[in-house]
Parts: sequence; C-alpha cells; structure tokens
Amino acid sequence: MARINSPAELERLREEIVAKRDPEKPCIAICAGTGCIALGCHRVIAAFREGLKEHGLENDVEIRETGCPGFCEKGTIVVIYPEGICYLQVQPEDVPEIISETIKEKKIIDRLLYTDPKTGEKAIRESEIPFYKYQKRLLIGNNIKIDSKNIEDYIAIGGYRALSTVLFERTPEQVIEEVKSSKLRGRGGGGFPTGRKWESTRNAAEEPKYVIVNCDEGDPGAFMDRALMEGNPHSVLEGLAIGAYAIGAHEGFIYVRQEYPLAVENVTIAIKHAEDYGLIGENILGSGFDFKVTVHRGAGAFVSGESSALMNALEGKVGEPRPKYVHTSDSGIWDKPSDLNNVETWANVPLIINNGADWFASIGTEGSKGTKIFSLVGKVNNTGLVEVPMGITLGDIIYKIGGGIPGDKKFKAVQTGGPSGGCIPEQYLDTPVDFDELTKLGSMMGSGGMIVMDEDTCMVDVARYFVDFLCDESCGKCVPCREGLKRLREILNRIVEGKGKEGDIELLEEIARVMKAASLCALGTTAANPVLTTIRYFSDEYEAHIKAKRCPALACKNLISYYIDPNECKACLRCLKSCPVDAVIGGKKLIHVIDQSKCTKCGSCLDVCPPKFGAVKKISGEPVPPPLPEEERKLASSTRKKGAGK
Amino acid sequence: MASDKRVDEIIDRYKGEEGFLIQLLLDIQNEFNWIPKEAILRISTRLQIPLSHIYRVVSFYKVLNLKPIGRHVIQVCLGTACHVRGGPRILDAVENTLGIKAGMTTGDMKFTVKRVNCIGCCALGPVMVIDNDYHCKLTPAGIKDILARYD
Repeated sequence: MARINSPAELERLREEIVAKRDPEKPCIAICAGTGCIALGCHRVIAAFREGLKEHGLENDVEIRETGCPGFCEKGTIVVIYPEGICYLQVQPEDVPEIISETIKEKKIIDRLLYTDPKTGEKAIRESEIPFYKYQKRLLIGNNIKIDSKNIEDYIAIGGYRALSTVLFERTPEQVIEEVKSSKLRGRGGGGFPTGRKWESTRNAAEEPKYVIVNCDEGDPGAFMDRALMEGNPHSVLEGLAIGAYAIGAHEGFIYVRQEYPLAVENVTIAIKHAEDYGLIGENILGSGFDFKVTVHRGAGAFVSGESSALMNALEGKVGEPRPKYVHTSDSGIWDKPSDLNNVETWANVPLIINNGADWFASIGTEGSKGTKIFSLVGKVNNTGLVEVPMGITLGDIIYKIGGGIPGDKKFKAVQTGGPSGGCIPEQYLDTPVDFDELTKLGSMMGSGGMIVMDEDTCMVDVARYFVDFLCDESCGKCVPCREGLKRLREILNRIVEGKGKEGDIELLEEIARVMKAASLCALGTTAANPVLTTIRYFSDEYEAHIKAKRCPALACKNLISYYIDPNECKACLRCLKSCPVDAVIGGKKLIHVIDQSKCTKCGSCLDVCPPKFGAVKKISGEPVPPPLPEEERKLASSTRKKGAGK
Repeated sequence: MASDKRVDEIIDRYKGEEGFLIQLLLDIQNEFNWIPKEAILRISTRLQIPLSHIYRVVSFYKVLNLKPIGRHVIQVCLGTACHVRGGPRILDAVENTLGIKAGMTTGDMKFTVKRVNCIGCCALGPVMVIDNDYHCKLTPAGIKDILARYD
C-alpha cells in the first residue's frame, strides 16, 4: 500500500475505497469477538465460506469478521447487509438455510430473529431490538461495520479524518481547549477531566513526553476495553495520536493485559497498517509530526492497572504503585512527563474532534458528558456490552436494556465500579448513572462493570469475594492495604462460615476507615467499599449470618444443607446418579435420602431434580429434618398419599 | 530443557530496547511453557541484570510460572460475573474431578489448574479456558465430559 502524504490524499483514498464498494452487494457480518469465539463463531464463519463456495457465490457475497457488537448473550451474531437483518444464536447448521433463503431468495428466517420474551414479537434489525433500542452506540456501534483487521474499513467510515484535521488545522493548544470544553472525563474509573490532564503534561518542564493507553482492564466483570481494542483498534490509535500531538509527545505505549490475546493481535496489526499508510510513524500525513507506538503485554497483575504501577511495568519492573505527590504528568515513565488514559477515553477523542466539543457536551448530565459503555452481566437476561448516554437510570439499563432478572427472581443489588465500587440496592434504581451520583451512593462509576445480583446472591459472600480478590492482588508495598485486607478477609471468612461474633461489623468498619485514610494507592483506599456498601444497605444479612447462623440467600456453603423432602421425592434416581460423592442413599422406588456426613454441598442434586418434583431443598439456620426410617422409604408408586411417611 | 541458544535468540529480539524485561520473560514462557532457572541465569549474565531483580519480577506477575506446567492449562474464571453465576462450583468440580487444587499440576503433567480473576468473557459465565478453547455457560455436571476431551 502507498503512503499517504497529505490530507487531500487521505480524502482521495477514502473516496476510492468507498467508490470501489458496492453498497448493494450482500455482506455477511459475523461477530468474531471473544464472546462469540467462545460460542463457536469460527465454525459459523467456516460454514459460510464453504456454503458460498458451493453456491458459486464467493465473489458475489462478502464475509466480514467483525468485533463485538455487544449482545453476547445471543451470540453468534450475524448481520446481513444491505438489509441489516440481524440473526441471533446462529449455529453452523443454520448456515445453509441462511444462504439459500436469505442471501439468494431475500427471505427472512423467523426463527433466527430476536423474539420479545413477553410479547412474542419479532425484530428484524438491530435498531428494533430492545437491547439496542435504548442505547446510544457512538463508540461500539461501529464494531459490526468494520473488519477490525482492515484499515480500509476504518478509513471508509471516516477514520483518521480527526487526526488529519488537528495536524493541519489546529494548534496543540486548540486541541486541548476543545477536549477541555467537551468536559470529557477519564473512563478508567477516576473520572479526572481529560483535557486538564493533557494540559498538565504539555506544560510540564521536562522532555520528552509520553502518552499511554491503559488496556490493563483488570476489573472483574468488565470487558468494554477488550471489545474496543479487539473490534476497533484504529479508533483508539487515532485518539492516541491526537493526544500525542496536543501534548507534544512523540512516543506512545499501549499496555494490554496478556489475558487478551486477540486485542494484542488486532492492535499490533492496526499499528502496522497505520504505519504503512503513514498515519503513524515519521512525518504523519506530511505534517512533520512524528509519533511512534509500541505494544506492551501485561503479565497478570491487577494493581498494574494503576497509573504509576503501569508505568513501572512499562519500564520492565515490578508493577507497583508509588506515592503520587509528584503527578505522573510531571514525572511518569522514566521520570518524564507522561499522560495515561483509558482505552475508552482515547476512543472518544476522534468523536469530539469530528463533531465538536459542544456536540459532545450536549450528551449526558451536568457533570458527566458523553456516553459510557457498561458490561451488563450477572443475573440479568440480556448480558453484554451496552453503551448509554450518561444520566440514564440504573433501572432503565437493567430492565429496559437488560430485560430484567432471569427466572422471575427478585432483584437484589447491582455492583458497579469493580473491587473499588459498591453494591447498590433496589431503592436506588432510579438513580441517574453519572460519576457523581454513583459516588454519593458509596459506589463509583469505575471502568464500567455492572454486575446484577438476584435474591440468590449473598451480599456478605460478595463482600468476602472482593476482599479475597484484592488480598490476592494487593502488591503488599504498604501496610494498611496489605494487612487491612488480610484482617478483613479473616473476619468475613469467619462470618460466612457461621463463626461470626458480636462486634465484627464494627471491627470491619474500623479497619475500613484506616485503610481509606492511610493506603498508598487507590487499590487500598477504595478496597473496603464493597464491604462498607454491603454493611450500609444489607446489614440484616450480616446480622443473620452472625446471630442466627443463617444465610438468607442460601449461598454460604457452611451455613446451608441440602435435604430431600420425602413428600415430594419420586425416587427418579437423577440426584443419586449425579452425586459425585455418593451421598444420596436410595434406589428404584426408594425415597432418596442425603447422608449429611458425606455431602460436600456441591448442589448437583438440586440442579438435576426436575422442577415439577422440587424435592431437593436448600435450608439454612434450621436443623436438617431427621431422615425417614428405612422401612418407610418404599414408594408405593402412584398410590402414595401426600404426607405419607411423616 | 532451556538451551542457551533458544534463550539467546529471544534475548536478541529485544536488543537495544528499554523496559523489555517483562516482554522477554513472556516470550521465554511461550517458548518453554515456564521460566526455567537456566533461562533466568542466562538473561542475568548476558544483560547484566541482577538475578534478584529478575526473580522479583517473575514472582510478582501471575502469568509467569517458576515451575513446569501441565500439557493443558485450565483457567477457571472467578471474576465477579462468573462468581455470581456459580464459578466457585465449577472450580470445585474441576478440582474434584482431577483430584488437585487450583495452582497445582496433575501427577501425569496432563493438566494445570489455575483460578483467574476475569478473562473478559463476562456475559457468558461461568467460563473456563483450556489452552485456547473457551468453554462457557458451564454447569458442574458437564465438567467431566469436557475434561475427557483432552489427552
């Protein structure tokens, strides 16, 4: 490919790419993001390639492997253009029919469309599906339109126009002003105004300066950055290059966690292509501006996502944070001024340049502008990535977009902000989602994980889970975090095991206060948030565990027992066969009984007991009823009356 | 075993670059499946990096292994989304089936089990990854069959 040497040449190339594409030519876009890969999309793609060949259509129909469009719950997702027909949960077996019916005959296959679970109504296009209807997909919406490994696809939809604009029509100061007045705030969790961060780095005395993309997305339950990096790496790269120009940096780093191999692959390809075209590298677009980008893989350390720790890791050192009385904008990587922003923050930059700061600032709330991508996961019907304007309520995200809680269970809480965040209960579902509102509730926006929990989730166990996670991930450099987390874990383990004592809750709160006041980095200062919010909103669950030795959610292993109700057991043998430790005693026409001394509480018996019998029960806080005497266990087939054997 | 020649080839890839140590170690691990002592010694001698520094880095990052690992690596995800959807029960089932705990390798060097804190496949939990295959929406009852597919 030829190098582009001016903005005019870039526009000419764009026209050429668009002109050689026939908008009427059928195109099958298939999600090849990690979620759909897990669901077997590669077999679907192979089936399409083979099927098209069999029909002699390989030159008439295009296949596009794209990034994640978000609706992971319903993968593999296939969208057929030009009509935009959206098929969900596509299996390789469906492919021959799609080719013969939809591609050749232009007929829609009803069973592959989205069906509204309540009304039974079908939706043909993405925009008609409730999951998408309430979203505003400025960042992630392009994923399905482009092949993430093909720079021409990105250029065709206007890619690198923003970079060309700033290099030739704006001074660095103007770019910073634009980003400042857009009121963009960092999407990694902190919510610091991006423009101000850029300005401090630009104004720092030392040279050279560096820009960094943080794609060390360690928050459990969050995968927005993964989807952007895998699906549209050029948008991040373009934002980074614009930031470098504004700040005066000529070198940039993209730090990607090693757990995201496809993101590493796609961004490495993107950099190579951008260099070939002269959009990254020396003398970009003939402007005289040089900018080099390197990809660094992380090696598995949650704390390395903290900015000063990440810079240490980039230097090849242990990824530990340092006190930040000197900001990284003054002294970051190799003690030089460094600007680090999250993937999603960088991806917003080209949008702001192309559409203007006023446009961007018109979306969202007073203090939080633009859109935010959330990973809506856990106990919710429509799991996946959702991009919404700031200010939408939690309830709208969970019920309108997420389709509510599966199995008619009751909503209990939504966890936001990862291990630094908190659990928000039902009474706050009408809270608008923005940086400040979520902080008021004791949680935080964080990077965008949104984990829905239902009545079966134990809130004490969730607190213990996060503390356990952080105990594992604390670097151990400062005492309050290292020791505080250990003590929190000890106490919470005690509580979930039924050994909690009076005064434990107060002790948890006291340790939390010290950690907040004295820890070195944000990992430690916010580590107690999951504990504090669960105490604040679910103190009754703590009390039940401590005083009554009961887990109201029936989740804590040490506080529950499995029991087979002799009145309901039909001696179907299912639980008996599934028990991995042979704890179920019984036989054909013999009512089954669980040997409590053998039971490991794995729950397999409950999983397999047919709902129409509902014989296996979980109980907590009460003694297990004594087993039926052996002589009474014989099941007199259909004549047995209710209550027999009592 | 790690021959100096193969280690040298990897070291040479990063000639003249700053801050490459972690990238180099990741490459060593990809090559040998773990970080053998010989490789650490070789890096230290050739690049004049103190052994203690390399050891500190290797022992800090979770992905880097100081012991040989099994032919198949099972990563059971215990991120929040997988946790609330029953991830711990999946780990229990894997551990019970193989008779080892997370962090350990089976005696025949067939499987290494690791618990990982989120692999970013949250919408489809509970999830585990064996080598490069993602297995999603798991139930404890299905684990045995999945493990039987690997030899």
